[in-house]
Amino acid sequence: MRKTGTVLAAMAASLLATSALAGEVRVMWYSDGVEGEVIQDLLNRFMKDNPDIKVTLDNVAYKVIQEQLPIQLESGQGPDIARVTNLKELAQHWLDLRPHLADAKYWEDNFGAQADWMRPDGSDAITGFMTQLTLTGGFANKTLFEQAGVALPGDKATWDDWVKASAEVMKSQQTAAAFGIDRSGHRISGPNVSYGANYIGADGKPAKVDDGTKAFATRLVDWTAQGLMLKETWVSAAGSTYRAAADDFINAQIPFYYSGSWQVANLSTKIGDSFDWVATGSPCGTAGCSGLKGGAALVAIKYTKNPTDVAKVMEYLASEAVVKEFSERTLFLPAHKAVVEKGGLSWVTKDKNVGPALDAFVKSSGETLPASDALPAWKWASAYYGALVTRISQVMAGEMSLDDAWAKIDQDIADKVAQAK
Amino acid sequence: MVAPIGKALGAAVAAPVSWLASAVNPPLKAWQRATGTDGMAAFFLAPNMAIFAVFVLTPFVINFFYSATSGNAFFLGDRTFVGTEQYERLFDCASYLDPSTCREDLFWKAVQNTGLFVVLQVALMTVVSIVTALILNREIAARSFWRAVFFFPVLLSPVVVGLIWRWILQRQGLLNYMLYSVGLEPHDWLIERGSAFTAAVTVSVWAHMGFYTLILLAGLQAIPRDLYEAAEMDGTRPARVFWRITLPLLMPSLLVVVILTLIRAVQIFDEVYVLTGGGPGTSTLYLTQYIYEVGFASLLRNPGLAAAASILMGAVLVVLTLIQLQLGRRGEKKGARE
Repeated sequence: MRKTGTVLAAMAASLLATSALAGEVRVMWYSDGVEGEVIQDLLNRFMKDNPDIKVTLDNVAYKVIQEQLPIQLESGQGPDIARVTNLKELAQHWLDLRPHLADAKYWEDNFGAQADWMRPDGSDAITGFMTQLTLTGGFANKTLFEQAGVALPGDKATWDDWVKASAEVMKSQQTAAAFGIDRSGHRISGPNVSYGANYIGADGKPAKVDDGTKAFATRLVDWTAQGLMLKETWVSAAGSTYRAAADDFINAQIPFYYSGSWQVANLSTKIGDSFDWVATGSPCGTAGCSGLKGGAALVAIKYTKNPTDVAKVMEYLASEAVVKEFSERTLFLPAHKAVVEKGGLSWVTKDKNVGPALDAFVKSSGETLPASDALPAWKWASAYYGALVTRISQVMAGEMSLDDAWAKIDQDIADKVAQAK
Repeated sequence: MVAPIGKALGAAVAAPVSWLASAVNPPLKAWQRATGTDGMAAFFLAPNMAIFAVFVLTPFVINFFYSATSGNAFFLGDRTFVGTEQYERLFDCASYLDPSTCREDLFWKAVQNTGLFVVLQVALMTVVSIVTALILNREIAARSFWRAVFFFPVLLSPVVVGLIWRWILQRQGLLNYMLYSVGLEPHDWLIERGSAFTAAVTVSVWAHMGFYTLILLAGLQAIPRDLYEAAEMDGTRPARVFWRITLPLLMPSLLVVVILTLIRAVQIFDEVYVLTGGGPGTSTLYLTQYIYEVGFASLLRNPGLAAAASILMGAVLVVLTLIQLQLGRRGEKKGARE
């Protein structure tokens, strides 16, 4: 009996030792383009220099990050590090790296501008850094426009101008639709703001749907009904499910596509030299020509058993040289202040469309409006995005009127706020 | 050469089995003496019951408590107790027949869709399965091959089924390509409400009919041949044979098929989720997807509300299962009398 007990105790001890084994760091990662390969390469170098730390990169679909990671976090589980886009709402699960960092000031100096996006309100924690800054914006199939003999709308062209021009291309080139927008509340928020929308009320809580949101959303619904916007992207799912229209742009099924800067590498890889494309910035509304800033951050998870090792990995990945190389190879806009200020990024690509596209995004980043700039650090942004996409797609499917949709959006958001109390 | 090896292997296997049997025999006999036959039954059922308790009963009880709480926290202790609030929210409707008048309109839309899906799918599944079973029961060429063909979709993962049909039905899919090739207009099969709903029903029938056909085939083969021979000698018409002999004697199997189809239709999720994502709009949003979306996937996630909806759906499934059990018992009694 005593022997059995001893064996069981030894087994339990070895199991515990395994789960708390120092030197193991798991990273949950998703990719839009080639960044999975790039980060693996960088981590291999880190492990070569730090043989006592084993970093495992779990490449997962974006859907896993959106849907499964929050459940893991709520149950006190999860990876040690994750690449996420829902930065603020889940901020209570991020680890404050300050006690483990060799030089916290380096982080404040270089990533301070976005630090609030990924920490609870009122906190001064350092929880991670942006692997890329993104900005929503449009892409046009230059070749299709040229073949149709339609001039690309200029710098201050409105949404109406872009849709009109794209509709001419659609008619001439027999494309499936004039344009497409990803099925995402985030994606239509820049355009909403361009028409004067402000989601944030005076008390910091969600405001009711205003005339700005109504103005753009009504246009969107009308364009869908007229067959100008690619209907299937928005209508082919229920709830707040994300759907990208990138493949339709890549397959030349739509001459104009509104998404964001993170698509540059994806478009470059998949389009190759099939046709020429350009980034257009965000079309204008009545209040401005705003996109929506954002991006993906690499954050440390507070349930990690190895915070010291996690901090070492994070310090390496956030170092100036690594950020610069990562940005150059992934074609992502860097968030590192020194890297941006020093400039001189040499994008690793032979695609002649990429450089001008990234330049266009950098240029249009100066056009974002304050109501848009406030959203990445706003706790209720995800709830707002979710309600918008759920209800507007129901209107597009002919299931409810716009007036009913506004009431339902307000109700959905109010329910979410009440639930958090 | 083969026989000695077989014998040696048999002995090698038999020895430990025999040793094990003699080792466990005394304690089992002692246990039987102490507890009787019922005690032995309980002893052998215990592992299964333990698994049931851990993986079915406990989650069910936890789910019940979840439905009485609010918030996003995972652990019950961290959640706010709200009593029956989630259920009240689900039932807050001006008219249950018009989902748009309900506070949780998507729940009632899902209920409505599921109801319609169940009626259509069960009817279609039953008819198609009977017809297929009748055909496969005849002396047709390559009968075994055809039986395998009809059963094959059952072996596929629902996700694979959903993806295959998505590739066929999407705008640039195989079906539209074929229509276009013969000069016909392509159609947005998954974007139009009617065709998407029809596709969901049809794909579900295609994926599962093999299983029900197999049950009905077994039922058909259990019908005594001499009844058909007697009918043939009497010159009875085939339709009359079907209505007077085949269908009545197939009824026990048919009832099992109807109830099983009904239960599975209420639970429909995976292949339709992959095929249509619940769209267009909410046309193919069914109860299980609603629960999944509200509990896990949506940006407006509300685990408490999802738990309440799943409890209500569970109640419907319990009623259906009880009906199935009752019908099964009635069939057994009838069989025993005959």
